[in-house]
Amino acid sequence: MTRHYSALNLAREGLSGHKGWARAWTSPEPKKRYDVVIVGGGGHGLATAYYLAKTHGITNVAVIEKGWLGGGNTGRNTTVVRSNYFFPESVALYEMSLNLYEELSKELNYNVMLSQRGMLMLCHTPAEMEMSARLVNAMQLNGTDAELLDTEGVRKIMPIYNFSPDSRFPALGGALQPRGGTARHDAVAWGYARAASALGVDIIQQCEVTDFLIEGGACRGVKTTQGEIRADRVGLAVAGHSSQMAEKAGFRLPVTSYALQACVSEPVKPILDIAVHCAGSGSYASQSDKGEIVIGGGLDRVPSYGQRGTLPTLEHVIAGILEMFPAFRQLKLMRQWGGIVDVVPDSSPLIGPSPLPNLFLNCGWGTGGFKAIPAGGTLLAHLLATGQHHDISRPFDLDRFATGRLIDEAAGSGIAH
Amino acid sequence: MHIYTCPFCGPRPETEFHFGGEAGNDRPDGDVPAQAWADYLHYRQNPKGAAREIWIHLTCHEVFVMTRDTVTMAAQPGEPIPSDTTDRGDA
Ligand SMILES: Cc1cc2nc3c(=O)[nH]c(=O)nc-3n(C[C@H](O)[C@H](O)[C@H](O)COP(=O)(O)OP(=O)(O)OC[C@H]3O[C@@H](n4cnc5c(N)ncnc54)[C@H](O)[C@@H]3O)c2cc1C
Ligand SMILES: [Zn+2]
Repeated sequence: MTRHYSALNLAREGLSGHKGWARAWTSPEPKKRYDVVIVGGGGHGLATAYYLAKTHGITNVAVIEKGWLGGGNTGRNTTVVRSNYFFPESVALYEMSLNLYEELSKELNYNVMLSQRGMLMLCHTPAEMEMSARLVNAMQLNGTDAELLDTEGVRKIMPIYNFSPDSRFPALGGALQPRGGTARHDAVAWGYARAASALGVDIIQQCEVTDFLIEGGACRGVKTTQGEIRADRVGLAVAGHSSQMAEKAGFRLPVTSYALQACVSEPVKPILDIAVHCAGSGSYASQSDKGEIVIGGGLDRVPSYGQRGTLPTLEHVIAGILEMFPAFRQLKLMRQWGGIVDVVPDSSPLIGPSPLPNLFLNCGWGTGGFKAIPAGGTLLAHLLATGQHHDISRPFDLDRFATGRLIDEAAGSGIAH
Repeated sequence: MHIYTCPFCGPRPETEFHFGGEAGNDRPDGDVPAQAWADYLHYRQNPKGAAREIWIHLTCHEVFVMTRDTVTMAAQPGEPIPSDTTDRGDA
């Protein structure tokens, strides 16, 4: 069986009708006991399993997914990766992630199609320009790449934008992160799953965790639709369902679940060479490698576990896109969908021990955790392996809500999530 | 478009309403530990299924309670807030 992906193996397999490729990952029956069980087979859960095996040598690990790999938000997002945050804690976290993304295709031997075409946050008012200048300064001080563009700078990289004098969203300029861009979401989930499986991790799909085994006041494993599975430590990476699982473990979280929706157009020739966000409407867009315009925007206004969006929000998002790019009026929308995202009051994730001993959290990524998958996996793996925070995850502990040391990125970088 | 029912104005489109938080999240009284404040300010039940919520009808400015299913989005007619809670502390 051929496992390694390379030009040589592709040619060799081509000669024998591509019949010799090994399955990307194995699907074993769950064992009765693991060192670590990870609940949730999205990007964060799968990356955690990979780094447990790779960095910490802990391979007796299972990832338990109730549906299919990446069937949650990891396979539903608009694939923008960036680290343009304001606070040093956030830049350290997202920059760790972007650095890992830059090496990920090689690291996993799986093409995640990272395309660093740049991420531009547009400004429409002098006040927004000042906030952007502040953000760009903060990013540069925190050691990541950022540039402040004026109208001409925007025109140069995005000629298709609506520069007409009566535009509702005039482009006075914007904050550009040249290293931002997009990556292929399914490939990130599948690449981590394949690499983790090769190191001995059990990937178990169609198995729902229904409860925790709690003995002596600590978590000793999980109850699942395929029976009880004992574990020394359990990692929870279930995004929009974090509150549901926390309730079973006996605590609450500062999380509210909302639907976030997105849509794509029919494919067209290359027209938009950047990921762009419009502060005025909250709408954003990029063009996929297939040519589709990938469109996203703000949250639906109502707490929800229904994996679909409401019409008024979609209308608002599309109205914003058409004002930004009048030419897109002719496009037909191909698909629209929603995911359930885990929103935290300060728009920063929750990473750390939970109130139940042996149970560790990775959630609260809200509308922006795809970009954070490599870092979220690294940090949860560190917690599960050592029982201790990594320096980068420490500020994101649950304790910040009692101490008041919030990391408010909605206020910091103006990113609305 | 979802239709919610204001107890004062009747059925109206969802865009006329604003979500005001989970019902029953009462502000703690007196000198309480930091975690009790954190619970009140930030921690949520975030129920899947039936949810009791505070809503505001933006056009008439009335605040009311609504039971809504967070999976199906089905909404029961809104209920006026009982007067013993609205009387509290109106100085
Ligand atoms: C429309 C949309 C657009 C987005 N755009 C972007 C973007 O451009 N850039 C960005 O960085 N982020 C974006 N995000 C956010 C990003 O997708 C998420 O933050 C990220 O994918 C979260 O990954 P995860 O692994 O934590 O969660 P998920 O991928 O949701 O994985 C959680 C998994 O847990 C499983 N699960 C739940 N309960 C159980 C249980 N009881 N037992 C077993 N398994 C369970 C679920 O089935 C699911 O597969 C977007 C999200 C959406 C919805
Ligand atoms: Zn009314």
